[in-house]
Amino acid sequence: MTTRIVELRRGILKKNDELAAGLRDRFTAANVLVLNLVSSPGTGKTAFLERTLRELLAQGSRAAALVGDLETDNDARRLAASGAPVRQINTHGICHLEAEMVGKHLDGWELAALDYLFIENVGNLVCPSSYDLGEKIRVALLSVTEGEDKPLKYPTLFNSADAAVITKMDIAEAVGFDREAALRNINEIRPGIRIFETSAKTGAGLAEWLGYLQEQGANHAGS
Amino acid sequence: MHELSLVSSIVDSVTESLARYPGARVIEVRLRVGALAAVIEDSLQFCYGIATEGTPLAGSALVVKTLPVVVHCSRCNVDGAIESVQSFRCPHCGELTMDVRQGREMEIEAIEIEEAEVGG
Ligand SMILES: Nc1nc2c(ncn2[C@@H]2O[C@H](COP(=O)(O)OP(=O)(O)OP(=O)(O)O)[C@@H](O)[C@H]2O)c(=O)[nH]1
Ligand SMILES: [Mg+2]
Ligand SMILES: [Zn+2]
Repeated sequence: MTTRIVELRRGILKKNDELAAGLRDRFTAANVLVLNLVSSPGTGKTAFLERTLRELLAQGSRAAALVGDLETDNDARRLAASGAPVRQINTHGICHLEAEMVGKHLDGWELAALDYLFIENVGNLVCPSSYDLGEKIRVALLSVTEGEDKPLKYPTLFNSADAAVITKMDIAEAVGFDREAALRNINEIRPGIRIFETSAKTGAGLAEWLGYLQEQGANHAGS
Repeated sequence: MHELSLVSSIVDSVTESLARYPGARVIEVRLRVGALAAVIEDSLQFCYGIATEGTPLAGSALVVKTLPVVVHCSRCNVDGAIESVQSFRCPHCGELTMDVRQGREMEIEAIEIEEAEVGG
């Protein structure tokens, strides 16, 4: 019997990374800005996205969404009420979206006819952080009810985010949200990241967020 | 809990690389995992035992080497390992930095195999 060491030096998620790189090329070629929204279950991703889609469509932008959930198409139906094209991805037990699932659900969509594509990930702060979906911008969301130390508890996700959105600001006072601590903690994990303080209920912070999208979309076109 | 997905990718990758060594048995699989990769070794080991059953990896050991998170500080112009992933600051001057140079890795470094006797 002879034993041998075989060097592999191969990423465990190589397949996903390659598919994601292919998607990124497609998104860039079609000049569509793609965002991956990640948070705990119930942070308010769908509510925030509903409002974002409505505002974008109202200003004449073309936006679509993919939404991942373990089961049900409830979130897709809520989002579709905005008038934007929406597709549900049911992962049936998988706790995150993968590039392959995104690729499959783009069939028949003309990407070049879109300005923005939002991907609402499965509610989970751990697993989605390892899976690149080909997005340009990863958005980490955090609600005022889930504790200001969330970024410290889930550094992997917050460190990989390009923007942070604090949701449910309308109830911040009622739940004793410590704004300074939340901002400090986000900054400790991902220094200098853009942070939006929003409410899907009142529309607070939405104008700033839409400005950011426009700015990022323009950068995208120029790059 | 994405450890099961990770383990199935490992099994696929290793099985694929065994094509060049017909009849070989895997003794050990060595991983390099960054401290920022959000991989829980206990779950990984647990899933590994289950997912390798009935594959050429059955009975093999999984060895996980953890890599510290290394950041680059533009002020000091050096790389340094951070002590805690709760604070991304230069270990020398304390400046916050978002330039992460190591710590997200999830890699199969190597495998140790026992080759089948040829022509025996
Ligand atoms: N007060 C208040 N409640 C909100 C706001 N946004 C969302 N909610 C409520 O929070 C709950 C969860 O909101 P969703 O938008 O479904 O959250 P989600 O992150 O999409 O949830 P999953 O997809 O299941 O992970 C719902 O009851 C919403 O009505 C907000 O801005 N203010
Ligand atoms: Mg939702
Ligand atoms: Zn320094």
